[in-house]
Amino acid sequence: MASTETKADAADQPVKDSTGGDMAGLEAGLDALETTAHSGRPGFRQTFVEKILPPLVAIALVLVVWQALISFKVVTDPSKLPSPSDVWGEVKNAWLEGTLLGYIWTSVSRGLVGFLFALVIGTPLGLLVARVKFVRAAIGPILSGLQSLPSVAWVPPAVIWLGLNNSMMFAVILLGAVPSIANGLVSGVDQVPPLFLRAGRTMGATGLRGTWHIVMPAALPGYLAGLKQGWAFSWRSLMAAEIIASSPDLGIGLGQLLENGRTASSMSMVFLAIFLILFVGIAIDLLIFSPLERWVLRSRGLLVKS
Amino acid sequence: MATTLAKAADGAEVVEHAARIEHVSKSFAGPAGPQLVLDDITLDVAPGEFVTLLGASGCGKSTLLNLVAGLDAPTAGNITTNGRPALMFQEHALFPWLTAGKNIELALRLRGVAKSERRDRAEELLELVRLKGAYGKRVHELSGGMRQRVALARALAQDSQILLMDEPFAALDAITRDVLHDELTRIWRETQLSVLFVTHNVREAVRLAERVVLLSSRPGRVAHEWRVDIPQPRRIEDAAVAELSVEITEQLRGEIRRHGQH
Repeated sequence: MASTETKADAADQPVKDSTGGDMAGLEAGLDALETTAHSGRPGFRQTFVEKILPPLVAIALVLVVWQALISFKVVTDPSKLPSPSDVWGEVKNAWLEGTLLGYIWTSVSRGLVGFLFALVIGTPLGLLVARVKFVRAAIGPILSGLQSLPSVAWVPPAVIWLGLNNSMMFAVILLGAVPSIANGLVSGVDQVPPLFLRAGRTMGATGLRGTWHIVMPAALPGYLAGLKQGWAFSWRSLMAAEIIASSPDLGIGLGQLLENGRTASSMSMVFLAIFLILFVGIAIDLLIFSPLERWVLRSRGLLVKS
Repeated sequence: MATTLAKAADGAEVVEHAARIEHVSKSFAGPAGPQLVLDDITLDVAPGEFVTLLGASGCGKSTLLNLVAGLDAPTAGNITTNGRPALMFQEHALFPWLTAGKNIELALRLRGVAKSERRDRAEELLELVRLKGAYGKRVHELSGGMRQRVALARALAQDSQILLMDEPFAALDAITRDVLHDELTRIWRETQLSVLFVTHNVREAVRLAERVVLLSSRPGRVAHEWRVDIPQPRRIEDAAVAELSVEITEQLRGEIRRHGQH
């Protein structure tokens, strides 16, 4: 092995030959050339024009059409379609009476607590289904089947088992949201590139360490999509439960408000409730899930700026 | 995986080899029964030695590397390595949810390096691959060559005795590959690491290795071996490199031709 001596000599002193220096310069040049320059965040003006203006225009259009239906006497019966100003009056009244935030908070607090429970149950369940073959074969199909079962179907049995109380609401939320969260995690885990698992294994990340350091972070985008859907299902289930199972002890949430509007034949109250339900759903998505999702995708270079 | 250490007379541990592959065969289940991919391979990698495994497609060179890495078990034969080998892939396999520095720190963490030391060690390794200042960079912000250098730093973070490389530069352009050959040779000489490097590129094999092992295809067998005594640092365009490459290519062509005639 003639080359061994050369190697041993060279290891003692830093490699400083003309070729090496040459290559280092070449390398620095390549690095500089191939590093993409990053454009900064778009200004407020651009964000306003591209992101905020379009939905405002859409809302304005709906209001114009709505008002036109009333003004041009297409719909004359206010018990069928109240005017925008009637509904606005309802909002103002509820605000002045101090009940508006109460309605919203009753439902939102229930929804969020139920969602957190669903998160705590759905996450380990999803991991088990994704990672343990027997569990997947046993309950995987049931779990995805449950997603297509409307959660309203759970309201009658939940009332019979638990009575008219908050636990019954939480039970319905759980049954609606847990399958979504678990399924989201399962598909997230299934989409983890096998290369990451192999790389992790050669580094010693196996078993629980592999799950924690490799599988969970790699599955995060799918998991987040599951959480987003899980929240939508939580909110829908809760509204179904509140509409069907109203009781004076439960306090008035948005579902009860809708039901109260129906029994009082007050179409403007019904509209108010529907708008608030929609508003909360959109607000939670825009304030929590969308930023979270965008942050995860952007940090991984998966978000293409259009 | 057993660590084979021999005790010398004075009690000091003397490592005989970084990896020993003894009569290893591997077959996979195919449509027409089990298919032999590797047939009775015997190969030693000495401590500090740089060996390239060369072969055409289907010679099972990646399969062999997976066996040495412990990602798969041989059908017959025995493989021993001195500790857990580090493995580098053709794709960088860096985790996109971590920065370049944190990718290296994860390898350190999994090896049990104390938290307080990880950051400094990661910075050192980045400096070793000439990527000082890339600690906070996300994977997608790096070029292909830079990604492979971070992957190399991560593999080095495992502090293994042997580094397995599965065509790590195959997806890079020629100039970047040249630069990385240079980096790899420099780091190998600085660290005294053993390297088992798989490639289908004859010139790359000659440029890098102390020993080139040619595998035949279907099933993979050791067909020929060359010791490369051209002094480092070499360049891929060196006349001596070219000369040996011609000889090896001729042999490789012969191996491939055999598959055309039944």
